[in-house]
Amino acid sequence: MNPLLELSDVGIEFPTPKGPFCALQNVNLKIKKGEFISLIGHSGCGKSTVLNIVAGLYQATQGGVVLSGKEVNEPGPERAVVFQNHSLLPWLTAYQNVELAVKRVFKGQKSKAEMREWIEHNLELVHMSHAMHKRPDEISGGMKQRVGIARALSMEPQVLLMDEPFGALDALTRAHLQDSLMDIQKDLNNTVIMITHDVDEAVLLSDRIVMMTNGPAATIGEIMDVELERPRNRIQLADDPQYNRYRQQVLSFLYEKQRKPDTDAPAKKAADSDDSNADKVDKKTGEVA
Amino acid sequence: MTTALSNIAWISPFVSIAKGEDVSGNIQTIIKTIGLPLAGLLVFLMIWQAAASNINTSLGQFPGPGDVVTQTKGLLTEHFTEREKADAFYERQEKRNAARVKQDPTYVPKIRDYTGKPTYIDQIGTSLVTVLSGFILASLIAIPFGIVIGLSANLYSAFNPVIQIFKPVSPLAWLPIVTMVVSALYVSDDPMVPKSFVTSMITVMLCCLWPTVINTAVGVASIPKDLVNVSQVLRLSYMEHVRKIVLPSSIPMVFTGLRLSLGIAWMVLIAAEMLAQNPGLGKFVWDEFQNGSSDSLGRIMVAVITIGLIGFLLDRVMLMIQRKVSWDKSAATR
Repeated sequence: MNPLLELSDVGIEFPTPKGPFCALQNVNLKIKKGEFISLIGHSGCGKSTVLNIVAGLYQATQGGVVLSGKEVNEPGPERAVVFQNHSLLPWLTAYQNVELAVKRVFKGQKSKAEMREWIEHNLELVHMSHAMHKRPDEISGGMKQRVGIARALSMEPQVLLMDEPFGALDALTRAHLQDSLMDIQKDLNNTVIMITHDVDEAVLLSDRIVMMTNGPAATIGEIMDVELERPRNRIQLADDPQYNRYRQQVLSFLYEKQRKPDTDAPAKKAADSDDSNADKVDKKTGEVA
Repeated sequence: MTTALSNIAWISPFVSIAKGEDVSGNIQTIIKTIGLPLAGLLVFLMIWQAAASNINTSLGQFPGPGDVVTQTKGLLTEHFTEREKADAFYERQEKRNAARVKQDPTYVPKIRDYTGKPTYIDQIGTSLVTVLSGFILASLIAIPFGIVIGLSANLYSAFNPVIQIFKPVSPLAWLPIVTMVVSALYVSDDPMVPKSFVTSMITVMLCCLWPTVINTAVGVASIPKDLVNVSQVLRLSYMEHVRKIVLPSSIPMVFTGLRLSLGIAWMVLIAAEMLAQNPGLGKFVWDEFQNGSSDSLGRIMVAVITIGLIGFLLDRVMLMIQRKVSWDKSAATR
């Protein structure tokens, strides 16, 4: 079966005053339809850069990305992004935020009533029906992220890209949203690429975990298949030897094989400037994995 | 009604006292919100009075607060008598016209305008119309221009020197040039508005353009990257991007610019009117100065206070509009 999304030999260089800085190289990845992929790695390793290249927000300087047989070279709604900081328009209500996307994507395809129904359906999916006429500053961080997910889902993307979607949330809210996401995933079976710092999150949600090496010139270190049966339950899994082996494997990759020596601090700085989103969360929560 | 009243900051403590809530606390709030400003004003009036009685000019003693009150009353009376005269003038005309039409049904009655001199209130009106015309004209140019240069870092770098050079130019420097250009280009036998009005308006526009341009451009340039990404993922067109993302996002900064611009517009206007002889407050001050009667200084002081009050009110009105229009209520508190 042909992969839905194919990254072949993707690399990117950013121009700096000291010459080009190679943030990423030789990234090869094939993703099947309906697969849930997590990208994990230390901050500054270029995870967000990979996602931004797939989204079309960055242009790869080497290789390329092919989605359903077409090369990706600009952003588009078929690759909807859930941003880390929700990115809702603060002057619009939850409903209007989703509406903006729906109107743009389904212009001429859905009638007014159908659009309305579709918007409400997507807000229902993320359990936001009760607050759909509230503005972002009137709802909590977790609710904002829910609306962000509803907005991305409403575009009916071929690939859903999630850039540390739960990174800025507290642990309990995060667990809630992970469960919601698994529920939604069960019904919709979307193809998802998610960036995360959180080993538990990666193992719990993914079909495959892609582990990235440290930058500069970061690339894919290991790929691990997660063959836990769905539906997955976080409480039962906590005791599951298989689950813990997966966790252990990711942890050992991050802390033994890719342990960051303190000496490469300058290199880290350069990489961070290209990956500032990921870095922000790190400083706030003091969390690496 | 009570809820509407209690929304106004200095009324709310009275409302809650009337309801019998927390009397001593509310009295403290009243002292703070009304008592202190009142005390400040009182001290100022005392200093003014003391200083005024020690300054003797060739036009008599410097006017104190009392003289200003007298002159204000005088100016108002003048206004009302002038209005009565005007009314009487039109009434006489109508009667005469009616009589003529009766005699000769083919006669088409003509109404001649009253040609009395403009009163103080008329002059305030002229000033307001002039300043608002100049300000609106400036906004219509400055906001779109600010958006365009804010969206492109290259255009911004290109225009920034021009903006920075013209921003500090005084209206007094512009005025002679504007006067000459208006005289050359605005030629008509039956002008819709007087030349002095056009000159003042354009001078106001030239001077108050810049804060709106700069603030709009900065507001547009500092739209969060995330929101720009959203726009890109949705593939919004340039115009949609401006309408749906850029404009709402930069509204708070645009209003900051507009409020600064309106403040400058009002200051510039007085100078422009003095020199262009546009029949507004500026001309009033100039004429009183040239007139040099014993009332003149008092009348000029009335104008000074009027100018201050109107400037303050204009800013409040802009603030009210900002609160109505902007989604970011926190930006509109001062």
